[in-house]
Amino acid sequence: MHGVEILLQPGVFPRLFSGLWVTVWIAGISVILSIPVGLLVGWLMTIRNGLVRAVMRVYLDFIRIMPQLALLFIAFYGFARAFDWNLDATGACVLVFVLWGGAELGDLVRGALESIPRSQYESAYVLGLDSWQTFRRIILPQAFRRMLPASVNLATRIVKTTSLAALLGVIEVIKVGQQIIDANRFLYPQATLWIYGVIFFMYFFICWPLSLVARHLEKRWAHD
Amino acid sequence: MAAKVLSRLVRATVAVGASIVMMASVAACGPSASTPGDDRGSEGRSTGTSQSARSLDAIKKSGKLKVAVFSDKAPFGYVDKDGKYQGYDVVLAERLAKDLGVEPEYTSVDPAARVDVLSSNKVDVTLANFTVTDERARKVDFAKPYMKVFLGVVSPESAPIRDVKDLEGKNLIIAKGTTAEPFFEKNYPKVKLQKYDQYADAYSALQDHRGDALSTDNTEVLAWAKANKGFTVGITKLGDEATIAPAVQKGNKALLDYINEEIVKLGKDQFFHKDYEKTLAPVYGDAANPDDIVIEGGAD
Repeated sequence: MHGVEILLQPGVFPRLFSGLWVTVWIAGISVILSIPVGLLVGWLMTIRNGLVRAVMRVYLDFIRIMPQLALLFIAFYGFARAFDWNLDATGACVLVFVLWGGAELGDLVRGALESIPRSQYESAYVLGLDSWQTFRRIILPQAFRRMLPASVNLATRIVKTTSLAALLGVIEVIKVGQQIIDANRFLYPQATLWIYGVIFFMYFFICWPLSLVARHLEKRWAHD
Repeated sequence: MAAKVLSRLVRATVAVGASIVMMASVAACGPSASTPGDDRGSEGRSTGTSQSARSLDAIKKSGKLKVAVFSDKAPFGYVDKDGKYQGYDVVLAERLAKDLGVEPEYTSVDPAARVDVLSSNKVDVTLANFTVTDERARKVDFAKPYMKVFLGVVSPESAPIRDVKDLEGKNLIIAKGTTAEPFFEKNYPKVKLQKYDQYADAYSALQDHRGDALSTDNTEVLAWAKANKGFTVGITKLGDEATIAPAVQKGNKALLDYINEEIVKLGKDQFFHKDYEKTLAPVYGDAANPDDIVIEGGAD
């Protein structure tokens, strides 16, 4: 248990929590903004227009193939040099995570919408529902159920990927941890394990409830 | 038809999406008048576009000097237990800002980001243990030096590396973007390099014996070996003497001149020796002589 005293030092936990707040803030804003982007992208992917589909395909593949770190560097350094878009580090992170989350979520929306059989639309019309009612009461609830577990999974991936923000100079939880480790490396050379251990549990307690919800919903809706 | 309904839904999302893009771009661009690349690297670079560096007046007006420093490299730049930036570089940053009549605003950088934060105008000056090299000098402008340094190699006492020849075929840990990286690639290609993005991870790797030794500035390894039992600096002076200096964006002459004048002025009252006493002496103790590390007034 050598070095565990580091965790009792005043300021260690408050600082880790303030770092965690930055992590949660970036992830939260990114997830919230990804939802409208994802819905838009998902809809564009389903319309029968070759050009729109091709553009969406390129967008999705580009975002998927590029490592998030490369996208972050492009947004942070590249835009500033090429277009005078001097985003701050947090802004660059949110932009990249929204583009990424939007693309991935869009693909989920597309898959969910396309998976609803035509007969669902037709049955609804026969029952006298208009097209808006059909969409809102029949199609959307089913599509929503089908995409929710995967969307929650996407949200946990966004939370974890925010750790890359440290490389742009954002002082999020990992960076705070490294600062604490470094500032104490003379007094507590063993601090690394303990600090990273605490950070592990911090990520865990953010992502775990999300995973639980996803699993619960998956089970509950499995046979609907 | 479903498509018709969806288009209603989509009209709303388009509006939201568009406003996000608007917000992002409004927040992001200043007056974007320049065409990228037209005058990059040439003498007449600072022509008042938002991309080129801020003038002295702009810095004074904003009340903030933006400084890139290390936040995990004690005793040069680190964050203390109260969350405040401290260290040898930070003392200079505080003084530069104070004499300008502004407050310092710190950006935490990793070694490999030190050039990019300047060329993309994220900060006004980099004060992050930045060793002057020809390659870097093509991309940024260095002011007068305030420290000198060699490379050093730290290794476990149980298997000490005392000669650079001993490293051949072994794993040497380095941090990306440091001077150790090109030095070993060029002069000792037989040394296997294990590269880490962040200093904290590089040192952890050495402690876990994922590599046979670690190389970075000798000041840095001396400080680290002194604090970590079981490790020794087998090689204290490797490569040519290098100097450490503040850096500004290429072509930002006004700020460069200001910093140079400051360094000369500060040298007159032995500012850097005082800085050494305050930040480095507690770490090095008698393992180093301040005159071997500090440069006053930019020296020659």
